[in-house]
Amino acid sequence: MASMRDIKRRKGSIQSTQQITKAMKLVSTVKLQKAKNRAEQTNPYFNYMYQTVTSMLAKSGTIDHPYLRKGDSTKKAVVVITSNRGLAGGYNSNVVKLVTECADFHTDDVEIYAIGTKGKDALERKGYTIREDASEIIESPAYEDALALCKKVLDDYVSGKIGEIYLAYTHFKNTVSHEPTLIKLLPVEFDEEEISRAAESEVLMNYEPNEEEALDMIIPKYITSLFYGALVEAVASENGARMQAMDSATSNAEEMISDLTLKFNRARQGSITQELTEIIAGASAIS
Amino acid sequence: MADEGRIFQIKIITPDRVFHTGSATMIEFNTAAGEIGVYKNHIPLTTVLAPGIVTIHNDGEEDVVAAVHSGFAEILPEQVTLLAEIAEWPDEIDKDRAEAAKARAEERLANKTEATDVKRAEFALRKALVRIDIAK
Repeated sequence: MASMRDIKRRKGSIQSTQQITKAMKLVSTVKLQKAKNRAEQTNPYFNYMYQTVTSMLAKSGTIDHPYLRKGDSTKKAVVVITSNRGLAGGYNSNVVKLVTECADFHTDDVEIYAIGTKGKDALERKGYTIREDASEIIESPAYEDALALCKKVLDDYVSGKIGEIYLAYTHFKNTVSHEPTLIKLLPVEFDEEEISRAAESEVLMNYEPNEEEALDMIIPKYITSLFYGALVEAVASENGARMQAMDSATSNAEEMISDLTLKFNRARQGSITQELTEIIAGASAIS
Repeated sequence: MADEGRIFQIKIITPDRVFHTGSATMIEFNTAAGEIGVYKNHIPLTTVLAPGIVTIHNDGEEDVVAAVHSGFAEILPEQVTLLAEIAEWPDEIDKDRAEAAKARAEERLANKTEATDVKRAEFALRKALVRIDIAK
């Protein structure tokens, strides 16, 4: 049985770890609130953008546009959004798993545009090519960052370096549930159902200057808004995941401490009993 | 009170927030093809925005003015939606910063080299001019 001193030392160490996890939980709760509000504010813009683009495509299905047909290159670009910090449970590894386990992706024809060092390091170890590393933008994503990233990826797409664009991030459903998601951005693919519904309900829309130019202008904005939305949601998910991870770490520490307290008391009682027996035995030997 | 039959809905949405919602009798803004003014029952039109001032007229009330840079507008008979990448109220604009941006863009255009992105500099200049204009 461990000595009283050992148990006491271990209890102390767990207690100080618990203080840290508790503090981290509080910090991520506050950050989550902020990130959640932001994610909610971004939603209307994105929804409207999606609606407009679907209704445009519903009516311009026959247009031959670089953004709508498959690129010549077999290379696939994957924008992977993870975090720069760990201690967030399965948050980072879930996104990485999504990329590594996807059947269509082979290590040699996938190019990674990494946002978040955790995902970048993990994928690099597994042998993926990291084409771009923009990890610093996850700290405080701004629309300009999404714009710059979008420009880089689209330039590569238009110049034929990559043939398809995917986005892997964590979708923020609500405070307790976040879902790693992989979506295909280009060539644009929409639900047939959505398209037909949009085609039915919409009035006849005119475009200025003309449909192709409007499409040329709106698709990059659409992709940018997707990037931005994904960034904002990823930040919310990261903090949500960290909050949960730290919450369970704190309660696990609580459990261990109560277990150790019990063991400590038992050891103390045992040592008192032993001391007493020794004194009594000593006294009876003298008399 | 404005005539009910002439009122339509306005929405200005940016990536960070719903910038403005309200009703109007007329809205004026700048598109890639020039300035346009829209009344109720306009034909459905989607058009690309250029940096400029948006003016929302509402009979009997003061005009609402804002600066909008890049994005697009969806015009329906009953509703006009502006999806803008950047939108600002006049009191949010830092005039000194806009002046500085204007000077910078002008300098870049004046000393053109191979490396100068003329389109970008022109866009920056137009943005700065709109900001200065509306902040007065």
